Amino acid sequence: MTGSMIKLQNLPYCKGCGHDLIAKNSTEALEKLGYNPLDVIAVTDIGCHGIIDKCLNTHTVHGLHGRSVALGAGISFGTGSKDQKIVVFVGDGGTTIGLQHIMEAARLNLNVTVVVHNNMLYGMTGGQSSGLTPKGFCTTTSFKGNPFTGYDICKLAHTAGARYVSRIMGVGNITEAIMKAFSQEGFSLVEVMEICPSYGVKLNPRRKLKEIVEESGRELGEWTNDLPPFLDRQEEKTANLLDKTPVISKTFNHQLQQPYSLVISGSAGEGVQLAANIFAKAAMSADLHATQKGSYPVTVGVGFSTAEINVSPEEVLFHGISVPDVALITSSDGLQHNRQRIERMQQGKLFIDSSLTPPNTGAEVILRDFRSVGARNAAIHAILYLCRQTKILDESSVYHIIQQEGKADKLPLDKIKKAMES
Amino acid sequence: MHEKNSNDQVLIDGSRLIIESLARAGADAFIGYPITPANLLYLYGSQRMEMMLPAPDEITTVQWMAGLSATGKLPVTATSFPGFALMAESVNMAYMMELPMVIVLVQRLGPATGTATCGAQGDLLLLNGIMSGGHPVPVLGTSSFEDCWSLSARALEIAVTQRTPVILLTSKEEVMTQKSFDISRLETIKKVERKEYAKDCCDYKPYKPTDLVPDFLPVTQAEHQVRMTASTHDQDGILQHSSPEALANTRRLEEKIRTSMKEDYLFYHLDHQEGAEKLVTAYGISAAAAREAVRKMRREGQKVSLFIPKTLLPLPPVYLEIVSGYRRVVIAEENMNNQLGSLLFGQKLPENIRFVGNLGKMIAPEEIEKEVMS
Ligand SMILES: Cc1ncc(C[n+]2csc(CCOP(=O)(O)OP(=O)(O)O)c2C)c(N)n1
Ligand code: SF4
Ligand SMILES: [Mg+2]
Repeated sequence: MTGSMIKLQNLPYCKGCGHDLIAKNSTEALEKLGYNPLDVIAVTDIGCHGIIDKCLNTHTVHGLHGRSVALGAGISFGTGSKDQKIVVFVGDGGTTIGLQHIMEAARLNLNVTVVVHNNMLYGMTGGQSSGLTPKGFCTTTSFKGNPFTGYDICKLAHTAGARYVSRIMGVGNITEAIMKAFSQEGFSLVEVMEICPSYGVKLNPRRKLKEIVEESGRELGEWTNDLPPFLDRQEEKTANLLDKTPVISKTFNHQLQQPYSLVISGSAGEGVQLAANIFAKAAMSADLHATQKGSYPVTVGVGFSTAEINVSPEEVLFHGISVPDVALITSSDGLQHNRQRIERMQQGKLFIDSSLTPPNTGAEVILRDFRSVGARNAAIHAILYLCRQTKILDESSVYHIIQQEGKADKLPLDKIKKAMES
Repeated sequence: MHEKNSNDQVLIDGSRLIIESLARAGADAFIGYPITPANLLYLYGSQRMEMMLPAPDEITTVQWMAGLSATGKLPVTATSFPGFALMAESVNMAYMMELPMVIVLVQRLGPATGTATCGAQGDLLLLNGIMSGGHPVPVLGTSSFEDCWSLSARALEIAVTQRTPVILLTSKEEVMTQKSFDISRLETIKKVERKEYAKDCCDYKPYKPTDLVPDFLPVTQAEHQVRMTASTHDQDGILQHSSPEALANTRRLEEKIRTSMKEDYLFYHLDHQEGAEKLVTAYGISAAAAREAVRKMRREGQKVSLFIPKTLLPLPPVYLEIVSGYRRVVIAEENMNNQLGSLLFGQKLPENIRFVGNLGKMIAPEEIEKEVMS
C-alpha cells in the first residue's frame, strides 16, 4: 500500500520553504520503493525540518538537536537484519553540532540514510550562520556575509567511508535522487541544497540558490565507496563472569588473631600486583578474609606500583590502610611512594631491598637483597621471605596458589628458594 | 591439609558483580567509552553482554543506548563524571522518551578531570538536579558487594518497569578493589520481563499510561505506529507547546518516579540498636567505614545505630523520619560539603547533625568514631 507515508494537508513550514519539497519527495521515494509506513523509522532532529514527524505515518523518533544520526544509529544496531528503513532528517545546524555522529555512522557503514536539509543557516533559532553556511552568504549573525568557509559534508562523509553520498539541488522533483540514496545497503547521505525564505532569501536578495551553491564550490554529484555494510561481529562471550574467578578452597591453617595490613611496593612491571594477588589468595586458602587494592600512576607502565592488602580472621569491612603493620619495599619508586607512611610506622616491620636507604621509622627494619632474583621477581621473593620470617602465612600456601594460578613455570622458584636460604 | 567449611570464597571486584547481575537481570547490550575508574565495567561488559559497542564519545553512548532501547534492547553503560556530564542532555531525552537503560556512575575525585584514580562521593547533588525541571531520576547507591549484586538487578528492574534511565551510583574503591567474598551467598537473580502492549488490541497510544507507565512497543514491529519524542508531547507522542494533555504527561513522569521509588523501590539498611541515641549514616564507599566504626564501638560497649541509604534519589521521605529519631547523627560522605545532609535538611544543618567529610581520601572508621564519641 503506497501513498500513505505522509499527511500532506498542513506541513509545518513557512510558505516556500525548501523543507517542504524534501518532505514530499522523500516520502514519495519511500512509497515508490514499496515500503509500508511502519517499515520505516523516521528519526528527526531539532530544527524547522524536524517538526515534520507529526505529519508522518511512519514510526517517528524525535530526539535532540544534532543527535538524530546517533539515535538512528542506535536503532539500526537494534533492528539488526530486519528489513526496516531508517531515515534521519537533519539540518545544516544539526550536521554542525553532530558532525561526529555522521562520521561515525559513515565509518561503520550503518544501514541508515541521512537527509541533510541544507538551508545554510539555523532556521528555527532565527537565521544564524552554521558550520555549513557558505562563505559570503548573509545570515542574521553575519549581515555582510559569512567570513568563513562552510564544511563540505559530502566530502567528509565520503572520506569517512560512506557507501553512498550525493549532493542535489532542492528544486523540481527530487524523488528519483532520494530513492537512489534510500536503496543503498549501508550508510547513505543526501545533501539537499535549499534556501530559507524567511531568512536566507530576505538577507540575500537577488541571489539565486544555484549561483550560491556554485560560488561556494560545492559540486553536485554522487560519491561512493565500495565497503560492506555494518555487520555486528561480536567476539565470543562469557556465559558467567563468576566462573572466571577461581574459588579458593581452604586448605591451610592460620594463627592470626587480628586484622593484619600489608603494603607492598616497587616499580611498574616488577610483579607487585601479581605478588599481592597471590598473597591475598594464599591468605584465603588459610581461611582468612582478604582485600587487595592497587595504586599506580595514570600511566601504568612507569613509576611506582603499590598494593595494599588486608588479611583478617573476620570480614574486612574497611579496606583503607593508613599506616600498615608491615611494608615490603622492593625499589626506590616504591620507597618514594610510601616514604611518609613508613616514617609514621611506630611498630611493625619494614622489609626493604638492601640497595635502598631505609627512612627513619619506628618499624623494625629488615634489609634483604630481594632483587637478586631479578627485578621482576623481587615482589614475590619479598612475599615468600615475609612468610618465612613472620609465619604470617604458611609458605606452602603461597606455593600452592602459585601452582593453582598456573604461574609456577613463569617464576624462577628454585632461584628464589635458593636466595631465601642464603 | 584438610578442606574447611565449603563456602565459595573468591577474590573479586565489585565491577564483576555489577555486570554479571545486570546481565542476569536481562541487560543485553553494553555501550562503552573508556574512563577510569569505570574501565573494569567496560571490560566485563564487553565479555558478558550479548552486544558490545564501542562509542566514539559519551553523547553517542547514550544516543545509541536510546536507539537500542527503542528497539527493545536493555542497554547499560558505565562512566565517571567527565563522561556523565556529556550524557546529561541525552539522559533527559531518554527520560522524556521513557526508554529504559542503566548508567553505572563510578565517582572519582573532581572537579573536571580531577584525579582519575582517586575515589570520591561528589556527584549526588549533580544527580539530584540532572533533569531540567528538577524531575527525579532514580538513583541507587551500592554500599557493599551484596549491593553490587542485588541493587544492579534492581536498577534494571526499575528501568524496565518504570521505563526510565536509572543511575547506579558507586565509586572507585567499590568497583576496583578486590576482596574475598563468598559467592554462594548471592541471591538468585530473576530475569526482568519487559511487558509489551497487547498488539491485537485497539488503538495504541505510545504515551497513554496504565498505572502511570505507558505500555511499550518497539519500533521494530509493524502493527502499531510508535512515536517517541524528547520534546513536551501529548499521549500520541506529538510535540505540543504546553497543552494540558502534554503538561499532564510531564507531570506523570515526575509522579511515576516519586511513587515507585518511595514504595516499591525503597531500599535502605537500618541497624537500630536498642537504646541507642546515636546514629551513623553513610552510603556508598563511606558505608564501609561506617560499618567498621559501628562494629568497633559496639564491641567496646557503646550503643550506636547504623543507617545505610541505598535508594538515594529521589530522596525517600522516610529518611528524614529515621534520622530524626536520634539525639546525635553523624553523616559520613567523601566530599567537603555534606551533600546527603543538604538534601535532608537544606541549608541549615540542625545542631545534632555532625558531618565527617574528606577530599581525596577515604573516610576512616576512626574519624567517624571520633565524631560519634565527641
Ligand atoms: C543542544 C542544543 N543547542 C541549541 C539548540 C537550539 N536550536 C534549536 S533548533 C536549532 C537550529 C536548527 O538549525 P538547522 O539544524 O539548520 O535546522 P533548520 O531550522 O534550519 O531547519 C538550534 C541551534 C538546541 N535545541 N539544542
Ligand atoms: S524559518 Fe526558514 S527553514 Fe524554518 S520553516 Fe521558515 S522558511 Fe523554513
Ligand atoms: Mg538549517
